[in-house]
Amino acid sequence: MQQTYVLTVLTFLPVAGTLALLLLRSDDHVWIRRLALVTAAAEFAISLLLLRGFSVQATGYQFEEFHEWIQQPPIHYHLGVDGLSLFLVLLTTLLTPVSILASWKSIDQRVKGFFISLLVLETGVIGVFVSLDLFLFFMFWEVMLIPMYFLIGIWGHERRIYAALKFVLYTMFGSILMLVAILWLYRVTAAAGYPTFDIAQIQALLSSGTITLPLRTEILLFGAFFLAFAIKVPLFPLHTWLPDAHTEAPTAGSVMLAGVLLKMGTYGMLRFCLPLFPEASRRFAPEIAVLAIIGIVYGALVSMVQVDLKRLVAYSSVSHLGFVVLGIFAFQAVSIQGAVFQMLSHGISTGALFLGVGMLYDRRHTHLIKEFGGLATPMPVIAALYLFTCFASAGLPMLNGFVGEFLILAGTFQKHAAWASWAALGVIFSAVYLLWSYQRVFFGSITQDKNGALPDADMRERGILFLMAVIMLWMGIGSPFFTRRIETSTQNVLQLMRRPQAYDAGEINNHDMNAMDMDQSTMPVNSANSAAPAGAAGSVKSR
Amino acid sequence: MSLPLQDLCRVAPEIVLCAFAMLVMLLAPIVPRARHGILSTISVLGAGIALAATRFPAMYPGAAYSGLFRADAFSLFVHWIVCGAAFLVILGSTSYLQREDLDAGEFCALILLATAGMGIMAGAQELLTAFIGLEMSSIASYILASYKRDAPRSNEAGMKYFLLGSFATAFFLYGIALFFGASGSTRLDMMTPLANDSARTLLKMGLGFIFVGLAFKVAAAPFHLWAPDVYEGAPAPVTALLSTGPKAATFALALRILADVGAASPLWFWALWVAAVLSMFAGNLAALVQTSLKRMLAYSSVAHAGYILVALATAAATDHAEAGIAAALFYLVGYALVQLGAFLIVAQLGGPGERHVEIEDFAGVARRQPAMAACLSLFLLSLLGLPVTVGFLGKFYVFNAALESNLIWLAILLGLNSVIAAYYYLRVIVAMYMLREPEQEIAAEPVPWTLSLVLWIASMGTVYIGLFPARVIGFAAKAALNMR
Repeated sequence: MQQTYVLTVLTFLPVAGTLALLLLRSDDHVWIRRLALVTAAAEFAISLLLLRGFSVQATGYQFEEFHEWIQQPPIHYHLGVDGLSLFLVLLTTLLTPVSILASWKSIDQRVKGFFISLLVLETGVIGVFVSLDLFLFFMFWEVMLIPMYFLIGIWGHERRIYAALKFVLYTMFGSILMLVAILWLYRVTAAAGYPTFDIAQIQALLSSGTITLPLRTEILLFGAFFLAFAIKVPLFPLHTWLPDAHTEAPTAGSVMLAGVLLKMGTYGMLRFCLPLFPEASRRFAPEIAVLAIIGIVYGALVSMVQVDLKRLVAYSSVSHLGFVVLGIFAFQAVSIQGAVFQMLSHGISTGALFLGVGMLYDRRHTHLIKEFGGLATPMPVIAALYLFTCFASAGLPMLNGFVGEFLILAGTFQKHAAWASWAALGVIFSAVYLLWSYQRVFFGSITQDKNGALPDADMRERGILFLMAVIMLWMGIGSPFFTRRIETSTQNVLQLMRRPQAYDAGEINNHDMNAMDMDQSTMPVNSANSAAPAGAAGSVKSR
Repeated sequence: MSLPLQDLCRVAPEIVLCAFAMLVMLLAPIVPRARHGILSTISVLGAGIALAATRFPAMYPGAAYSGLFRADAFSLFVHWIVCGAAFLVILGSTSYLQREDLDAGEFCALILLATAGMGIMAGAQELLTAFIGLEMSSIASYILASYKRDAPRSNEAGMKYFLLGSFATAFFLYGIALFFGASGSTRLDMMTPLANDSARTLLKMGLGFIFVGLAFKVAAAPFHLWAPDVYEGAPAPVTALLSTGPKAATFALALRILADVGAASPLWFWALWVAAVLSMFAGNLAALVQTSLKRMLAYSSVAHAGYILVALATAAATDHAEAGIAAALFYLVGYALVQLGAFLIVAQLGGPGERHVEIEDFAGVARRQPAMAACLSLFLLSLLGLPVTVGFLGKFYVFNAALESNLIWLAILLGLNSVIAAYYYLRVIVAMYMLREPEQEIAAEPVPWTLSLVLWIASMGTVYIGLFPARVIGFAAKAALNMR
């Protein structure tokens, strides 16, 4: 395997940018902004290299890096991407410069600290997506809390401190149990004589039957992992931190939160819960699906009655992420593809919605819908692009939101028609709350004199919104570009869930966990590149 | 029999510490008061040389003085912690002493003597020797706690510490007597087989009393009630010392007893379990409602004693206790670095007379003193156990050890407690970075270079060990391994 360093560069370039920022004088706002933007743009450019070099057919991880890090216990610096994480990395590198541009003028206090936090956040998030070692993953997962905490707490709105604390405490509660589970899993591998934190190795050990988890253990471990991810997503009863955090965060914070941080949860489910604990995943899939559907409908209904535009968008995330969770726990190749696509699509369109809301806030310093009205007259450009984003988010065909929701519903319908039918309600509701709020904000007559003279988008704002609109359109009509790259990895997830591998490809069975695999001799413990178990390479069509 | 010279080598750090303490005390009357800075310099030098002198016991490992004292990797490790702590505290407190107009000579000499006592505790292989070490460090600490003679709170701290401390020492001593009665020796490694049931009862009682004495010294619940008052009342640099060095030394003694006395493990296991859980909850829950940063850190140090007790409980739970011992040692290193740094920052930012140690007083520190705020945040995040800091790895190793011994509940309770702790640590960061600044302008006092140096060492250590723990944990594992 050829060593590349692109992922290391990608992960730590923002930190390098941060160090450079530290050297600047803290009142030199212009250069601080420029340097931050240059760093983030360079980061994005490098991430495009990933897209170019990414092989569509290859199973397993690509651009892998593997180094010894800590001997006792054996922790490796192991990075890699596959179809699940590739676009999430790109989404992160795209949204960071966009957030920087969005905060170009609105952040004028402690500018240096703001951009440092944003860049450190980028490192943390990218680290989460590319880590292939549980310890490393956890480290990034926790590190990312600090910059987000500062972003909300320092540059947020009125109730920022409350929101920031709530966000951190919720997440920490989930992640500390995940840490216990990670160590537990490590102890299991150590007991079998192959101590490791490496995801690929653990998967190989599990698939080959070298280690088996008793059902009770598997359920407990699944629960600990799932809880951490469900809080992050957030799944229905655990979502209460989200409206506060999203609403109180500054625009850039909301964009990053909704755009990429929530995806860490759904990504974790796909990367860890399903492949490592398939039995428990299957067993709890109905309950989780019900929670996801409640989230979809409830989030949409609550969105509908919000008086605060930003809170409305925040609740819409609960609804949209419910689709993702539903797609994942339908265990269909199509629905999982749709889930991954929906993660990206939600990142773009909700990110854009927050950007639009942020622009309104910059002008009027309020989020209350009743303060607006008739804004299409003074600012036609923002109005048009915001409408475009609303359509995308509501799932209008030809735009990005449609593809994800369609794939999820189509995939889910194959197995669970009832789930899909209930979830489809969310699609309808989303059109209602988005368009209704749009109507109240932008249409009608101008009710407040202040609104009449608001300036329309300047070049910077037009650029941002237009870029987002182009991506939405591209994702809508060019979706095969994405799904082709996602497909192999989703198949791989399903393949890994089928343990041991003797079953008929069309069925997902949930019994006979004790059957052992024959070929233990091929157990690739000391190979870094052992992502897929021996038989995962292909030939699986689960449709 | 070993040569006396080698025996001297094995206690070289203690000899250096005592010699420098004498030297400083001799010089104190001669050096004019205005130039007392030089005494601090000499003491820093002394602590540094003691740190370097650990090379000698490393060269001649083994028992000294007919088995009263033992130089091995374990005692070496603890020596590094206590000598390092003394070094940093003396260095970091020079400016504090000047500001508060306190006498540097006695202060430094007492710290050196206390450190010598801790060193003896770390190496003691015999209970009376351990007792002497304990007393040396305790008596010096009592005086240090009340070092600000004019301040009532400092006096109160010293008095409380002295009264309750003596009480605990009496328990410890009584325990030793019973232990001797049961086993016929005060040497930890020379226990004769127990004669009969009554001897067994005696031993149980003895170990129980010893446990109480030690739990008191590390401020583990339910014997922690003295800690908040003492930590709050004592001058902040003294608190920095009290919450690190003596704790490390006492834990070392407890670990030594666990490792050497076979009967201690089953007997102490549940005691450790209960004390760990109680300390974590008592410390964290009480810290939630504190308004004074100093007092909050005091309660948090009770909670951290609880975390370390988890490691001790895991060491007591299994036959192969190495993981637990190594985890405890590693945790102590990280904890000492961070706790020291935090209290020294409090000493500096508290201003003359330490009048501004309420959490609200820290509002706007991020603007006035960005470097200090960043350091304090780093230390608090390490106490909280977030990655990239040594505190995270400390907790990680404790978790790991706990799961290795199948103490899953203890691990989960530890986890829950870290979340509770997050709230109050973050509150301080909220105050520094997010609260509105007070109306009247507070002049930012310049940070003396000595303190900057100490904070630099502590924060670099926090991050460096947090990223590359291999050496420290490697040595801790080695120390744990050759205890048996």
